[in-house]
Amino acid sequence: MALGCLVLTLVAIGQGAIAIPPGRVAEILWARLTGDTGLLEGRDVLVVLNIRLPRVLLGLLVGAGLAVSGALMQGLFRNPLADPGLVGVSAGAGLAAAATIVLGDRFLTGTLMKLPFAVLPFGAFCGGLISTLVLYLIATREGRTSVATMLLAGVALGALAGAMTGLLAFISDDRQLRDLTFWSMGSLGGASWTKLTAIAPIVIPLLLAMPLLARGLNGLMLGEAEAYHLGIPVQRIKALAILLVALAVGASVASAGLVGFVGIVVPHLIRLAVGPDHRLLLPLSALGGAILLVGADIVARLIVAPAELPIGIVTAAIGAPFFLWLLLRRSGPLDV
Amino acid sequence: MVARSAHPADWHRQPDRRELSAAIGLTLLAVGSLLLPAGFASPALGQMPDRIVSVGGVITEVIYALGLQDRVVGVDSTSQFPADALRDKANVGYVRALSAEGVLSLKPSLVMVIDGAGPPGAVSLLNESGVRIARIPDDTSAAGVAAKIEAIGGVLGAAEPAGRLAAQTRARFEELATLKQAIAQKRRVLFVLSLQNGRVLVGGRNSSADAIIAHAGGINVADGIEGYKTMTDEAIMAGAPDMILMMRNSSSHNTTPDELFAMPAFAETPAAKQKRLTTMDGLYLLGFGPRTPLAARDLMAAIYPEAAIPPLKTANAP
Repeated sequence: MALGCLVLTLVAIGQGAIAIPPGRVAEILWARLTGDTGLLEGRDVLVVLNIRLPRVLLGLLVGAGLAVSGALMQGLFRNPLADPGLVGVSAGAGLAAAATIVLGDRFLTGTLMKLPFAVLPFGAFCGGLISTLVLYLIATREGRTSVATMLLAGVALGALAGAMTGLLAFISDDRQLRDLTFWSMGSLGGASWTKLTAIAPIVIPLLLAMPLLARGLNGLMLGEAEAYHLGIPVQRIKALAILLVALAVGASVASAGLVGFVGIVVPHLIRLAVGPDHRLLLPLSALGGAILLVGADIVARLIVAPAELPIGIVTAAIGAPFFLWLLLRRSGPLDV
Repeated sequence: MVARSAHPADWHRQPDRRELSAAIGLTLLAVGSLLLPAGFASPALGQMPDRIVSVGGVITEVIYALGLQDRVVGVDSTSQFPADALRDKANVGYVRALSAEGVLSLKPSLVMVIDGAGPPGAVSLLNESGVRIARIPDDTSAAGVAAKIEAIGGVLGAAEPAGRLAAQTRARFEELATLKQAIAQKRRVLFVLSLQNGRVLVGGRNSSADAIIAHAGGINVADGIEGYKTMTDEAIMAGAPDMILMMRNSSSHNTTPDELFAMPAFAETPAAKQKRLTTMDGLYLLGFGPRTPLAARDLMAAIYPEAAIPPLKTANAP
């Protein structure tokens, strides 16, 4: 799978609206790695190093972050439906990001205005964190997390965030409204090294923290009390998982807009293949998410070239039918 | 490159080759310099960018009006006038959803973008790529439209024809202003963008619809609203529009006056009593390019039919 991810990454760097022979792409990458600046001239170099490479890396990070977040939330809530998109965490992050798009011009002045790359991810992170915390507080009574409450509360929170985003859309001017519309469909376009430096310090620690969480989440599958008696620091695991999910979803939403269905589809696929052990599930979800998003991005930027499709359309077009198939192939009723 | 050998015989052969290549080089240089004056004869042509990507309907319209369309390799999806543009040229997508690599794949020597083109990330990537980008300010005032034409011409190395087109546009606007002064009693106009599901989406203050109504000597009923928003039925009734203005829909069903004035919001308005609904081509009406004074005049004639507004005298001028 790691090999598949690597191959796809190379394909993604090699393909684009501008045809660059694979040999030339390899040459450029090699020259960059070895610091051989003599070969680094011309438009090809710029396209490969400043457009495609950051874009593909952003796709890897966002895809991995979203898929792991989905797997973490499903483990945390012990429910296959938990997904940052379905339970309103993305909507919360989206609301905060929309607020920075629409209200940014009015309230951010001076030095803050000069740091849009910092304000948007930070705002999205806060939005993701707040909605995750509220969701968790609502769904947890006396140490027990009710999944039905969590799902319903998630729907309500998502609707609330959606309504407030709608309010922002109403007061926005034409330009902001269009930005908002396209942003809400998600895109890896406009990826830059600056964006990468904003998201990498968030997603990479999440990926590194997975081994710490895997054992705890495996224990949680038995139930919270049982996990506690097994000596698992349940509260700490939960807090860490929530923080990491909010961070990763916030950063993803901020840098790529709303990209749906990665968080729910990928962990399910992996679970079908290797079973529910989080020690395998989490890292493989990361790889799978990276593959799905980078693959979807290849479709998004080639299918209507020289224009490009918002990636959220592509992931939903792949993800939603798959999700339905997943539901239909179950023999028994869904146990929520 | 042949590696230099230590063998004496090779040492002797080396200068011959250099002399030969120097001779060839000098000959080429001489022939080349003979060709130079031909190049100097039309310096403007040499400077003109020959692979233009035009992002913004009004930019494309001006480029076509200047007869420079052969230099255009790509347009955005708002470039719907003239209709050939989207048929003949590569479509780089919607003005606010550009793809940096997609634009670069057309190997442009110049990318012209209207104010508000984006997303900002894609534009800054284009900037970094070293391709020449010209930003054209968007403006709906008479002076602004003429300045826009001049700006586009300046960037294209076609300042002279663009100056003529701008002067013509200015003259048309002036003529329009004279016609406007003759209007004694201004009428109230409501621009309706859509009637989706019975919700009336109107053009308020600072919208392009507001600007064209002002150019045509009307009063915008919706000037209490900012931008394009929904207006309540009661507010429409209270606004008492004398005329409803809509965009003509080329592909599908158009609202008929009977349908429109059967809606409660419009039934009691002065417009309904005289069944005053005017539909105009959306781009012609809201494009804010060289055709705008003509569009404003047509709109004026529709608002004040009894005044028999004459066609602009400059309309058929070169």
